[in-house]
Amino acid sequence: MSDTITLHVARYRPEVETEPTFQEYQTPCRKDWVVLDALNYIKDKVDGTLSYRWSCRMGICGSCGMTVNGEPKLTCATFLTDYAPGPVRVEPLRNFPIVRDLVIEMSDFMRKLVQVKPWIIRADEKPLSEGEYLQTPEELDEYKQFSMCINCMLCYAACPVYGLEPHFIGPAAIALAQRYNLDSRDQGARERMDLLSDHTGIWGCTFVGECTKACPKSVDPAAAIQRYKLKAALSWFKSFLLPRGAS
Amino acid sequence: MSQTPIYTEYHPRWYRRRTSTYWWLRRPSYLAFILRELSSLFVAWFVIFTLLQIHALKQGAESYQRFVDWSKNPVVLIVNIIALFFVVFHAITWFKLAPQAMVVRLHGKRVPAAWIAGPNYAAWAVASALVAWIVLGG
Repeated sequence: MSDTITLHVARYRPEVETEPTFQEYQTPCRKDWVVLDALNYIKDKVDGTLSYRWSCRMGICGSCGMTVNGEPKLTCATFLTDYAPGPVRVEPLRNFPIVRDLVIEMSDFMRKLVQVKPWIIRADEKPLSEGEYLQTPEELDEYKQFSMCINCMLCYAACPVYGLEPHFIGPAAIALAQRYNLDSRDQGARERMDLLSDHTGIWGCTFVGECTKACPKSVDPAAAIQRYKLKAALSWFKSFLLPRGAS
Repeated sequence: MSQTPIYTEYHPRWYRRRTSTYWWLRRPSYLAFILRELSSLFVAWFVIFTLLQIHALKQGAESYQRFVDWSKNPVVLIVNIIALFFVVFHAITWFKLAPQAMVVRLHGKRVPAAWIAGPNYAAWAVASALVAWIVLGG
């Protein structure tokens, strides 16, 4: 195996360019190097003007999502050797505006995240003196999978519905809403329902399933959305049959 | 020669990529998505076809015979074969979705997906066999 690899990195410098171009870089291709290591090598040794986001290097912070050879990936968990002999094409995440080089504009996602109220909502808080809200391991299992989301937005980049209909709340925000809806300590499911059961919520999803394939933390947002569809449909049906007694 | 960038009111320099017209050819799951959207037309066609059939049946034997003759028309036959393909595709999507939408626990553990999808397929096979028996043999 050769000990270098070629990277085709998307560049967009708004002060000089009107649209993105590709720049070619040669980097070492070490067995233990991920795409992010190669980008850091470029930044440190070759071209300090390259811009991209990163932080933890271990799949926790969710900052380094990019498109690698056409697939949305966390670059800290994508090994260069898997793409040998190269070249490797590195682009910003799809479906988001580009601010510069590999940096995308994410405020649309941040706004939607807050809209689904991803925190524990209580109808009435019990006083501190009564202690914490206890939970059994089974109750934890109900939502644990959905709590693994790191907000990396790979699922938004993979979702064609979000690409076509930017008002769609999107996979991660719905999965996180479900994370709290399924939490035994939470009482806010009703507050989240109007937004989630809107046509820009769960019903926008047509079960493409790419979000689940792209997710680096096995959250399975597609399952969260389908589960909520069933719940919303049953709840509508109940209110139809029992207009007064439904809860 | 550089082109004029697409200016937006507040952020003139963000670059917004245009989605290619052929984006849905990029991967099989996208193509399946578009075909599934298209399948709604054929599902609707089957509903209309069934309504026409019921209407013809209500009008009497002669009218029903006319309907049967009309459905033997090659064009109608081809449309129905295509519609059947799409309706089956639509049904399989639903059966694939069922285990993800339903969480069934047995002795504290979530039952495997096949246990939920399996009975769905079995019920489908039984219903199809029953209809075939009534139409062809009964």
